[in-house]
Amino acid sequence: MTAPAPAPAKIPLDALHRRLGARMVPFAGYEMPLHYPPGIVAEHLHTREKAGLFDISHMGQAILAGAGATRLLETLCPADLIELAPERNRYTQLLNEAGGVLDDLMVTRLPGRDERLFLVVNAATKAVDFALLQEKLPQLSLHVQKTRAMLALQGPRAVDALQALLPGVEELGFMEWQAFDYEGAGFYVTRSGYTGEDGFEISLPESKAEGFALRLLENPDVAPIGLGARDSLRLEAGLCLYGHDLDPGIDPVEAGLSFSIGKRRRIEGGFPGFERIRDALQNGPPRRRVGLLPQGKAPIREGAFLLDAGGAEVGSITSGGFSPSLSRPIAMGYVARGAATTGNALHADLRGRLVELSVVPLPFVPHRYVRH
Amino acid sequence: MSDMRFTTDHEYIRIDGENGIIGVTNFAQEQLGDIVFVELPEVGKRIAKGEQLATVESVKAASEVFSPVSGEVVEANAALEENPATVNEDPLGAGWFVKLRLTNEGELSGLMDEAAYEAHLRSL
Repeated sequence: MTAPAPAPAKIPLDALHRRLGARMVPFAGYEMPLHYPPGIVAEHLHTREKAGLFDISHMGQAILAGAGATRLLETLCPADLIELAPERNRYTQLLNEAGGVLDDLMVTRLPGRDERLFLVVNAATKAVDFALLQEKLPQLSLHVQKTRAMLALQGPRAVDALQALLPGVEELGFMEWQAFDYEGAGFYVTRSGYTGEDGFEISLPESKAEGFALRLLENPDVAPIGLGARDSLRLEAGLCLYGHDLDPGIDPVEAGLSFSIGKRRRIEGGFPGFERIRDALQNGPPRRRVGLLPQGKAPIREGAFLLDAGGAEVGSITSGGFSPSLSRPIAMGYVARGAATTGNALHADLRGRLVELSVVPLPFVPHRYVRH
Repeated sequence: MSDMRFTTDHEYIRIDGENGIIGVTNFAQEQLGDIVFVELPEVGKRIAKGEQLATVESVKAASEVFSPVSGEVVEANAALEENPATVNEDPLGAGWFVKLRLTNEGELSGLMDEAAYEAHLRSL
């Protein structure tokens, strides 16, 4: 017997999305905008050319606080957090005992005398993440931010649009954080995002969300963008989507996330699954995440098996779709070491016929992060 | 548009003598979103009523299109290979999928006329 699914929760900007004509769909327990009247392709291209406003209020926000918070969080994540400077933001993963990824998250060290870490985690996993943090790190306090919304503003015009409302954001470098006062409320801004473009993620009180979003949307360069284009943008940028390109069976090295494993930590360890991850770092993982370009015009979707020239199964696709920027299908997947060389030709079954895909480096569209 | 019939799955057939031109309705293209690829059957293929006729790929997902009637494919809309977005722009016109030679005209009576289809849309 299956329990009935609980009714989707409402995000703070629900009414605004509906007024803007969004097609709302259930996603990770929330009703979220999939796209607005212009459609996914137009929204995607608008973000690459100007600025896209995304509501990401479904994601989990929390402050982990207490003496030794950075050192203690390091027992669950492979990032170097002790060395993380205040007002700096870092990408890392919560790992299980086998080194598999339980979730990927952003960690910001907040300023001030006390050790406080601001965490942003995935919507579908937030309840499990927060329970895990409380169970494993009982000496710290975890303040889940239940009344904060979150917006992302992404694209080459994002900085101009945001600095008109929050002067000073233009000073931030990639992965830097700053608190701003807006109408007496605390806005937390990081220069980061998940589209490959320059841009910002803004944590703000729910009560300010609609007013602030409307102010941003008054700018003709800013358009509301739904989850559909968020997915195609992150796929072009070669970024992992939790539950698709990352799951508890995948470690960060095979996922191509070695950059996020601290140098000190590669020697010292002290995080779950260290032996597997050290072995993968030293000897290369048995499989790895690669970019794939399917021949022809038909997208090859998640779940398709990848075959080598002899017809042997060597992996599968974890994200596949259509790239609006390149106007062609693109995909990512995991491929056995011997088959993961750039230029290698693989095949996938598409409705009974074999389509060739070539292994290519990621990302498909170059990142345009701003580093000061 | 009195020569058109519709299915509850939002396919249409426009009757043209012994042939029928099949595509998806405006409602369907709106639901599908940006269409990026249409896979059409080979000319000469025989298809039974309710069998899969085509696959439509939007940015997000693949969707199957079923044949409203039984027949033999006499033409597939080759222009969709180059411009699949035509289905979004003109679903009832240039965005047609397939021309079928009907093998059982009696099946048409089981389909909705335009008024019935409009009522069906309002009931959704």
